[in-house]
Amino acid sequence: QPSPLSTDETPNTLEEITNYNNFYEFGTGKEDPARYAGALTTDPWAVEIGGLVDRPGSYGVDDLAPDNALEERIYRLRCVEAWSMVIPWIGVPLAGVLQKVGVQPSAKYVEFETLLRPEEMPGQRRAILDWPYREGLRLDEAMHPLTILATGLYGDPMPNQNGAPIRLVVPWKYGFKSIKSIVRINLVSDQPVNTWKQMQSSEYGFFANVNPEVDHPRWSQATERRIGAGLFAGREQTQMFNGYGDQVASLYAGMDLRVNY
Amino acid sequence: MIRSLNEALRRIPVPLVWLAGAIPFALLLWDTLTGGLGVEPIREIEHRLGRTALYFLVASIGVTPLLRLTGISLMRFRRALGVLCFAYAVPHVLAWVVMDMGLLWGQMARDIVKRPYLLFGMLSFVLLLPLALSSNDWSIRSLGGKAWRNLHKAVYVAAPLAALHWLWAVKVNEPAPLFWLVAILSLLGLRLVVRRRLNLQTLFRGSKKQA
Repeated sequence: QPSPLSTDETPNTLEEITNYNNFYEFGTGKEDPARYAGALTTDPWAVEIGGLVDRPGSYGVDDLAPDNALEERIYRLRCVEAWSMVIPWIGVPLAGVLQKVGVQPSAKYVEFETLLRPEEMPGQRRAILDWPYREGLRLDEAMHPLTILATGLYGDPMPNQNGAPIRLVVPWKYGFKSIKSIVRINLVSDQPVNTWKQMQSSEYGFFANVNPEVDHPRWSQATERRIGAGLFAGREQTQMFNGYGDQVASLYAGMDLRVNY
Repeated sequence: MIRSLNEALRRIPVPLVWLAGAIPFALLLWDTLTGGLGVEPIREIEHRLGRTALYFLVASIGVTPLLRLTGISLMRFRRALGVLCFAYAVPHVLAWVVMDMGLLWGQMARDIVKRPYLLFGMLSFVLLLPLALSSNDWSIRSLGGKAWRNLHKAVYVAAPLAALHWLWAVKVNEPAPLFWLVAILSLLGLRLVVRRRLNLQTLFRGSKKQA
């Protein structure tokens, strides 16, 4: 069903969304995921949920995101490389999933991990990143109503190159936070490692909130280019928290976002 | 064998090199007009122009080492190769200014001074500009051979800068820009180490004498 949290901006086409991806597990080129992700086996699939939870265990995609709970969320996506899209995701709030497994009071962060399967993920055969890909959220970020686990887009099951069968979507953060093809979710008490920060902590932080005032050391984050806008459409101003400031700015009250980038 | 190869090369008219050099541009134009560039054509246009410029740059600085090492002479085509490099560098920069940055002059100016990869690229472009402008007989005559040659040594600064510009722009270590940087540094190294034309016969006679 539709959601009041959706943007009314026009979504990018399915062709754009499925042919311009950063999913280094399949290669560093934007077209590599579309070319190679077809070989990925996404059924059967299990997500191991553990750590500081009451009901740890192995969950199927249908357990976490049953058909009758699915919502459409049309979100802006802002990549750290200064391009953007609008994507009509299908998914469930992560908060509901976490409530289902029972988060213990000592848990402060959520840690996610992508599938490690070099036989089907050719990018993992090269040591470009420290595989498997890992990401993390603070518990309040994970519980925020905008944060979802997505299992589809445009009303259909998730295309492999977009992170099938189940992925995270956190629309106010740079795209790399929205980890794809999740096989593990751990509730932990300390800030988990995230792969890009581990790779280059001066360029990628733990929070990675979209912020036009804090530049990536090698390029400006003040503006962005909307994919599919045409050759001479120019750039748009990037919005604080990718335009979701009204909903999420309070999560970071009192924090210096230049330090916690 | 090398003599006959050089004979054959002498028969190739220089305009043919110019024409061949226009092929990558024609293909890019074709792909742009037929939607063959994928869903993000701007990045593809920018990158393909930049890569082609770099390939011509490498070809033009390879002429002298090739002559010295093997005796094969592409000297007649060197001017065309160098000017073709610049002819691709200009639309590469224009694509960035107009399509990628959307004429946001303030942001472009801030970015160039702040981002090493843009600074390297822009420096390389600025260095190549006088070389392209002086790539004609009139300039050689009015500058004098020695001054002209000294001026054109700027290519040895511009070429590594262009490769660094590519290497610095990518997020993780990619093989292609690294390969071209090493290739450029090797060509420059060869120019310094091999100072004159190798003559295999002389070398052979020399070693015979010593024996």
